[in-house]
Amino acid sequence: MTRYITRRAAYCALSLLLLSLTIFFFVRVTGDPAALLVEPGASAADIAAIHHRFGLDQPLWVQYGLFMWSLAHGDLGQSFYYQTPVIDLYLSRLPNSLMLAGVAMVFSLLIGIPSGILAAVRVGRFWDSAGKVFALLGLSLPSFWVGLVLILLFSVYLHWLPSSGAGTPLHLIMPAFALGWYFAAAHMRLTRSSMLDVLGSEYIKLARLKGLPEALVIAKHAFKNALIPVLTLAGINLVIMVNVAVVVETVFAWPGIGRLLYEGITFRDFPVVQGVVLLGGAMIVVVNLAIDILYAVIDPRIRLER
Amino acid sequence: MSAPADVITLPSPPRTARRRAIRLGDIPIVPAAILIIIALVAIFADQLAPHDPEVGKLTARFKPPFWQSGGSTQYLLGTDQLGRDVLSRLIFGARVSMVVGIMAVIVAGVIGTALGILSGYLRGWVDQVIMRITDTWLALPALTFAIFLAAIVGPSMWNIVIILGVTYWTRYARVIRGEVLSLREREFVQLAIVAGCSKWTIMTRHILPNVINSATVLGSLMLGVVIITEATLSFLGVGVPPPQPAWGLMLSDGKQGLMVGYWWLTVFPGCCIMLMVLSANLLGDWLRVKLDPQLRQL
Repeated sequence: MTRYITRRAAYCALSLLLLSLTIFFFVRVTGDPAALLVEPGASAADIAAIHHRFGLDQPLWVQYGLFMWSLAHGDLGQSFYYQTPVIDLYLSRLPNSLMLAGVAMVFSLLIGIPSGILAAVRVGRFWDSAGKVFALLGLSLPSFWVGLVLILLFSVYLHWLPSSGAGTPLHLIMPAFALGWYFAAAHMRLTRSSMLDVLGSEYIKLARLKGLPEALVIAKHAFKNALIPVLTLAGINLVIMVNVAVVVETVFAWPGIGRLLYEGITFRDFPVVQGVVLLGGAMIVVVNLAIDILYAVIDPRIRLER
Repeated sequence: MSAPADVITLPSPPRTARRRAIRLGDIPIVPAAILIIIALVAIFADQLAPHDPEVGKLTARFKPPFWQSGGSTQYLLGTDQLGRDVLSRLIFGARVSMVVGIMAVIVAGVIGTALGILSGYLRGWVDQVIMRITDTWLALPALTFAIFLAAIVGPSMWNIVIILGVTYWTRYARVIRGEVLSLREREFVQLAIVAGCSKWTIMTRHILPNVINSATVLGSLMLGVVIITEATLSFLGVGVPPPQPAWGLMLSDGKQGLMVGYWWLTVFPGCCIMLMVLSANLLGDWLRVKLDPQLRQL
């Protein structure tokens, strides 16, 4: 067990190292990072000063050491636009992102799980096909377009919901739906296949042989067991949602991390862009590690595998 | 990605030696036709477009489609904030989507297939290094990473192709490596080793032709993802630069007129993206079931 966790943690550390290397490498290979670090319209002397100040005149490995040193201290640099440390900006936006992702997750599970069960119970019939069309639409519609159409319908024509901003629960409905929509399809498909697996198992046959009503078999025996993989996926997806919400947050002007990333791009505020990408990647790597460990605790077979 | 396969209800092919043969009647006609039409529109955009997609008439701004009051048959689907014809921009936008989509899938496919074959055939430290990199890459949210790269290199159509290729190669690498792992134990590979073929010859002459099928299927499934990502990048302003007509860019422009009710600037480009991605997904799923039974679980 300890060995397994150590190995997983080592892989995780390696992933984080590769992530930092990748970002470091891309920033320097694609051009002069000083051009990204100064405000637009800076003079040649300014750029030289930046070169010196950020150690860009030193050898690459020294630069990487400095980069890692400041990362290890939680220093992601200073935002040009806001004139505050990137990490502070990130942390101030994080609660908004988590709230949006949380509500979007509730939406996606509320749509995904019942439709997945329905499709599994009525496999090969109308509801199954309807579910498949729905899943395909979820994959084929860009979430920002879903957002724009929602604004058109509910804000412009019906005047029911505010089109942008944050503050009241009403502001949350449309962005959460647009974000949750895509994930609902994924949750529906997993619920369906997981339900089908469980419904084919011996203990379900037994429950049916005992003469239990079909509704009880599905609700009590099958549903609970089929839910485990779906909830695991939902856990991973929650973290992914925080990090892919950039388009939805842009459409609805929702003040989360994605919006911060978008502002970073528009204002050429490079430290912000780099910080958001680094922290997002790190978040996902760490969550994957947590899930690996959790699985090892639950399932001894995984622990023993080499 | 298993569910959408069955949306097209194909008759199950007979269990004979010819079950893999593709007959015309099996092809999902509607999605194939849509893709072919979009491809033709992209190729003949110059002849089809009624107006210049990049230059508009400022006197004819925000004209609605012809069936609404104030619209004219001169601009069938209306005009945008610079008085440019929406229909012409949609037609030229098809070219951007097609070129970026197909080229990006090819770039990703070449990188991923090459690394997958190297990793699966050579094993050892090469395998370890490539797979660690693949894992790290898969852990990154692809969209955020693409945005990051696009923000560094600046907007241009060919930059987008490379960025999308660099972002999405991992899926090929994983699947192809898995196939190569089993292929390398097969007799024809063992015989090639005995016959004294070099590793390079074995990888290119014996392994590569056997994984091309899977790569094609993966490519067709990736097409939809790549097109949506391109639209997203353009929408965020780091994709195809204005005034080039790209569907994502049109949506971004249309956002300004949305609150005033200029719906045609949002609805038409979105429908184009949806039609194209939906068709690509349907066709990709059909190809998967047809060409490669092993990939059905993807």
